[in-house]
Amino acid sequence: MKKDIILAGVGGQGILTIAATIGTAALLEGLQLKQAEVHGMSQRGGDVQSHLRLSSKEIASDLIPEGKADLVISIEPMEALRYVNMLNKNSGWMISSMNPFNNISNYPDLELILNEIWKLPHYITIDANKVAKEQGSVKAANIVILGAASPFLGLKYESLEKAVRNIFASKGEDIIKLNLKALKAGLHYTEKNT
Amino acid sequence: MKKLLLLGDEAIAQGAIDAGISGVYAYPGTPSTEITEYIQASKEAKDKHIKSQWSANEKTAMETAIGMSYAGKKALVCMKHVGLNVAADAFINSSITGANGGLVVLSADDPSMHSSQNEQDSRFYGKFAMIPIMEPSNQQEAYDMTRYAFELSEKFGVPVLLRVTTRLAHSRSGVVRKEDLPQNEMHLPSDLRQFVLLPSIARKQYNTLLGKQMAFEEDAEKSGYNTFIEGKDKSLGIIACGLAYNYLIENYENGKVPFPMLKICQYPAPVSMVKKLYDMVDELLVLEEGYPILEELIRGYLNNGKKVRGRLDGTIPRAGELNPNIVAKALHLPVAEGFDISEILKGRPPLLCDGCSHWDSFNALNEALEPYSSGRVLSDIGCYTLSALPPLQAINSCVDMGASITMAIGAAEAGLVPAVAAIGDSTFTHSGITGLLDAVNHKAPITVLIMDNSTTGMTGGQESSAYGRVEDIVKGVGVEESHIREIKPLKRFHEENVKVFKEELEYDGVSVIIARRECIQTLARKMKEKARLKREQKEASA
Ligand SMILES: Cc1ncc(C[n+]2csc(CCOP(=O)(O)OP(=O)(O)O)c2C)c(N)n1
Ligand code: SF4
Repeated sequence: MKKDIILAGVGGQGILTIAATIGTAALLEGLQLKQAEVHGMSQRGGDVQSHLRLSSKEIASDLIPEGKADLVISIEPMEALRYVNMLNKNSGWMISSMNPFNNISNYPDLELILNEIWKLPHYITIDANKVAKEQGSVKAANIVILGAASPFLGLKYESLEKAVRNIFASKGEDIIKLNLKALKAGLHYTEKNT
Repeated sequence: MKKLLLLGDEAIAQGAIDAGISGVYAYPGTPSTEITEYIQASKEAKDKHIKSQWSANEKTAMETAIGMSYAGKKALVCMKHVGLNVAADAFINSSITGANGGLVVLSADDPSMHSSQNEQDSRFYGKFAMIPIMEPSNQQEAYDMTRYAFELSEKFGVPVLLRVTTRLAHSRSGVVRKEDLPQNEMHLPSDLRQFVLLPSIARKQYNTLLGKQMAFEEDAEKSGYNTFIEGKDKSLGIIACGLAYNYLIENYENGKVPFPMLKICQYPAPVSMVKKLYDMVDELLVLEEGYPILEELIRGYLNNGKKVRGRLDGTIPRAGELNPNIVAKALHLPVAEGFDISEILKGRPPLLCDGCSHWDSFNALNEALEPYSSGRVLSDIGCYTLSALPPLQAINSCVDMGASITMAIGAAEAGLVPAVAAIGDSTFTHSGITGLLDAVNHKAPITVLIMDNSTTGMTGGQESSAYGRVEDIVKGVGVEESHIREIKPLKRFHEENVKVFKEELEYDGVSVIIARRECIQTLARKMKEKARLKREQKEASA
């Protein structure tokens, strides 16, 4: 088993929560992992990315080589485009939110962005904010996206559920339930759209 | 033992706790900050009474650690690479005094300048100070080598430099702990003049240091952190330092590199090992994350030996961090390509947060400066440096911490009047105070804006050493009270604030305007923390 995953978004959107959830699930399954994060300067509303590598064997590099990512998971559609060069051309999947985070003056037309994503051979685009709201709070949008990516991670769904419980443990039972529902809703979306 | 999932920084922190440190001394700086934060948050460290409060700057941190080492206990010092410039006087001289209790200096380099103003390589400083350097290649080594660095420091009686770069500092992986070692009892050096660097003593001590060089190299040969790996194809030999080793291995199925190679994680790099490799191959490739330090040494000034490839001959780009693809290209291996990046993609530079007080400070300053020609604001390093970019375009310099005030003095003395210095509270206490003293003594016609958001915003909101006393400090330094003004950087006070700036810009002497409003990120975090405590209390009582 080996999965190379790029996580993308804008500073403050919660890609590190996704990373931590996948990482926890991977550890529960006894996998090795490396996860390179971005801290500091780029967090202030700038683009952020994280390289997450899972494997049953020892992992050498903290960074994923270009053109070799199995998955790009993005919380923001334009940010998804930033990492298409990382995707494996034959088998890579793009999982992206359709909800733009517009904090720059020259943000491109959303339609154009989505059209670019839809040109890729394998993609899921999801209105994560809407799905999250239906589950109870827009705050769970990142976990909706994780749910949408869950069939491609090579991890058991139950491990991800356990990881969500773990990660949100300090926030109380209500928040855990919300996020478990969000995870499921994301999964259902992908099942319906593939 | 169970595996912990740790950042490279956290592995160093845990390694230091388990090595029996009695204190960590540091000033925040990406990518080193998380080491001290981990120790501050560690219950274990608290139970062991490990000191971990932030220092005012890297020099004070370094000196405090030297003091702890003098008194016989183990101390860790942490900083980002440019922090070592600030600490350099103490650092270099600590190699002459030597260490009593274990003394390890962690410097985190930032090749590619993800959040720094240069990509200097700290190994240069280690070489300059002539002390052993450890450069881990993964998180487990970061943990192990931190412990080993303390062992080395006490064995040889010298400080040891621990060098990491951004990718390791900020990458997580599994780490297995070892049993923890006790802290030292306080004990002074047997020679009470060891730390008195009078020339007569320093000369002797320097000779002692010189005498230890061979032993450092021997240890680097035997410690197991530098390894020779056989390979059948002798057309090339590879030297891979620290993290570069991973990028090399990544490129070969099951990590089987066909060439003989040398993995270097401890310096001084043993000549015998390098020579063994050099002698058996046709040419060498040197992979270093950072400057071509080893490459230059092996290649020599005249470059008249075997071909040595690397950053100096263009095999690898001269600047920037390595990655698996750069290494693949250097080895003429095929590289995969992903999809082309669309032309509609736009850059998304970092911005000041919505509602940040710096917006209001600079909007007011910009308006007050309208009557004057542009280029008058010498500034500094912090979140506010982002105001150099549109839309604010409010500042004209950012060189090193504290340089705003001193550069303003120089510019004013060259005729740029009025000149403004714009500096944050943490940067002010880091190295702005001495500059302000110069300004007062020079009676320089400058206006100093101190943006007191009671935090070190840029690096994630650590406590600022001012602790709310900026005004007292400014007074103490000797700025006239009538020219110490406080403003509230909020939109609704904009007109008032512009007026204050205008008045002080006209004053022919040192004036200080303190813009005081808490960083909204720090404030939000404090409120969250409060809410969490409240919820926990409620749950406990329910
Ligand atoms: C010598 C040195 N040490 C540390 C840093 C990292 N660093 C950059 S800005 C900064 C502090 C900024 O705090 P402050 O001046 O209060 O401004 P704020 O970010 O809160 O606006 C730090 C620690 C650095 N660039 N140089
Ligand atoms: S982190 Fe604080 S100081 Fe920095 S931009 Fe945001 S509000 Fe301003």
